[in-house]
Amino acid sequence: MSALLELQDVTKVFGGGFLDTRGVTVAVDRVTLTIEEDIPRIITIAGESGSGKTTLARLLLGSIEPTSGTMLYRGKDFSGLSRRERREFRREVQPIFQDPFESYNPFYKVDHVLHSPIKNFKLVSSRDERDRLVEEALLMVGLQPDETLGRFPHQLSGGQRQRIMVARALMLKPRVILADEPVSMVDASLRATILESIQDMKRELGISVLYITHDLTTAFQISDEILIMYRGNVVEYGDVTKVIPNPQHAYTRMLIDSIPQANPGKRWGKLLEATGTEMVGTGEETEQFGIRPQATRHYDEVEPDHFVMISENDAGSPGEEELVSAATDQGPSS
Amino acid sequence: MTLEVTNEASSTRPDLSNRDFALDIQDFKVYYDTPRGIVKAVDGVSLAIRQGERFALVGESGSGKSTLAMAVMRLTRPPGRIAGGNVLLHGTDLVSISEEEMRQTRLADIALVPQGAMNSLNPVMKISNQVIDGIIDHIPEDAPKPDADELENRVNELLVRVGLAPMVGQLYPHELSGGMKQRVAMAIAISLSPRVIIADEPTSALDVIVQRQIMQTLGQLQEGLDAAVLLVGHDMGLVAQFADTVGVMYAGKLVEIAPVETIFSNPLHAYPQLLIESIPTMDERKPLTGIPGLQPSLLNLPEGDVFAPRSPIPHTPEDAATVPKLVEVEPGHWVQLSRSSVADFNTYAHLVDY
Repeated sequence: MSALLELQDVTKVFGGGFLDTRGVTVAVDRVTLTIEEDIPRIITIAGESGSGKTTLARLLLGSIEPTSGTMLYRGKDFSGLSRRERREFRREVQPIFQDPFESYNPFYKVDHVLHSPIKNFKLVSSRDERDRLVEEALLMVGLQPDETLGRFPHQLSGGQRQRIMVARALMLKPRVILADEPVSMVDASLRATILESIQDMKRELGISVLYITHDLTTAFQISDEILIMYRGNVVEYGDVTKVIPNPQHAYTRMLIDSIPQANPGKRWGKLLEATGTEMVGTGEETEQFGIRPQATRHYDEVEPDHFVMISENDAGSPGEEELVSAATDQGPSS
Repeated sequence: MTLEVTNEASSTRPDLSNRDFALDIQDFKVYYDTPRGIVKAVDGVSLAIRQGERFALVGESGSGKSTLAMAVMRLTRPPGRIAGGNVLLHGTDLVSISEEEMRQTRLADIALVPQGAMNSLNPVMKISNQVIDGIIDHIPEDAPKPDADELENRVNELLVRVGLAPMVGQLYPHELSGGMKQRVAMAIAISLSPRVIIADEPTSALDVIVQRQIMQTLGQLQEGLDAAVLLVGHDMGLVAQFADTVGVMYAGKLVEIAPVETIFSNPLHAYPQLLIESIPTMDERKPLTGIPGLQPSLLNLPEGDVFAPRSPIPHTPEDAATVPKLVEVEPGHWVQLSRSSVADFNTYAHLVDY
């Protein structure tokens, strides 16, 4: 069993430069994560905006470098990769974004979106080969090539466009797909289609998927593992079927309890006051859940494949143990 | 910080039966004139909201729900136009009053919490001035102008009511998070204590925790003002959490209206049924389903039951071609009755003449 991608204690700090008066932000705080080569998995990275999940995604794509810690690609330190190895990495780890056509030139036909990676990675040696590759990829995501090629982005539905982006990624025969919020702001039908294609990648093509989202419901439905991030820290992680029904960290519990359940008999509890992240700008940013950057912490294995972060605070502030046990005392969430 | 999150299993639906209609929308039509023909975005919608009621209008994108909300505020822009019907706000028809009367009515009597508050605030103006703007604009010509202290107090009070510190008034929009901007938008909306509030997807693009805070704050404000709220959205979860009554829109028409408990426990029309079945839950893992097929183009809608092509209920071409009526099948529960989209049609067949 070998690791394709491995993060060891990776930290990313922004700011704090010579002329920076706003201080540093620890966006990702000592995160460890392994993506195996042989066993495809769907791994969810969940958290609110500002939790560091998108920074983690950028680290995994190699678009930013960690401040400290190690990132290994096929066992080799990422910073020591040769040009060739880097190219191979960029082919094997593919991102899919929400609606990439928003940032795409609307005057280019769909074909251009599909041809450019083929050209960049020199995947084929002839036009025929290229066309065959494109058609295969489109069929794989359930699109008819003759109904898709030669069209402009605006002539296609949101679902079709999303599937073209999946096809584009699949053409490169990646080992890992990184899907950043692929289903926020789409309606039920499209959401189901996209999530199904993510599951197909794992089941039929053996590709691992990193699913980055704030939607715990869909995470619970499709993923194998989950990492809950809060202020750069992974506060809880493990098998999704263990973490979601039995959350241990106070933050995870709050996240789960805030999900609007489609059941008028199970309404939210009492009014949730503004949290620290909400009060940004008011100078009242407080410590939430006892989490401070780069504090001493460890992980407890509460059951097999289910870990919760315990921060070891010095006296004065509420310790994580208290919060965790207080949360546990309330019994399982409904 | 509130950590207590016990779910009150509640039937919190207020008894509204004896109250007057705050907003009564009758056979409302909003059309867009395009080079390829008329797009009937809202086509003959009727619904009524009582004072103090929370009414949620749901549907897929393109169903016409936001178009309807904007048209009620008379904020439709060309090529869109109100093509017919009435919107009675406490008896006054908003469709027929002058532009100036409508301007005075907005904010004072009917206010909008817009979709994506980040884009509705002026980026180069302090928050407090943006809140004051609306207040000053609605002071009658002959009334004395309030002094600066009075206005400042008013703004501070409004900010506190939406859960913001008064000092937020001294900040600019870019200094605020998305949730805070949405709170500012709510402060503006309630600045003149309107009796009707329209909230158009007020929490899209916000995280779940912030979303919960915003929706709960909106609920509190609604109760404080005893306002009628028209919530427009596509998230059935939010609707279940917030609404008293739900109207489901499909391709410009309402297909079902019912109390929130009924729409989730006993939807009769196939579209809401499928919509509810497709919601992923936290209770069990099961294959995700969507609704097969696509919403028809509003340019050339099929005659008759527009949902028929996607309906799983076996039907004949004649069933699908019959123009269905929205009928009250039990008190407060209205269904667009068609043989092609209502499995229980025969139970209610006596209510219609087809």
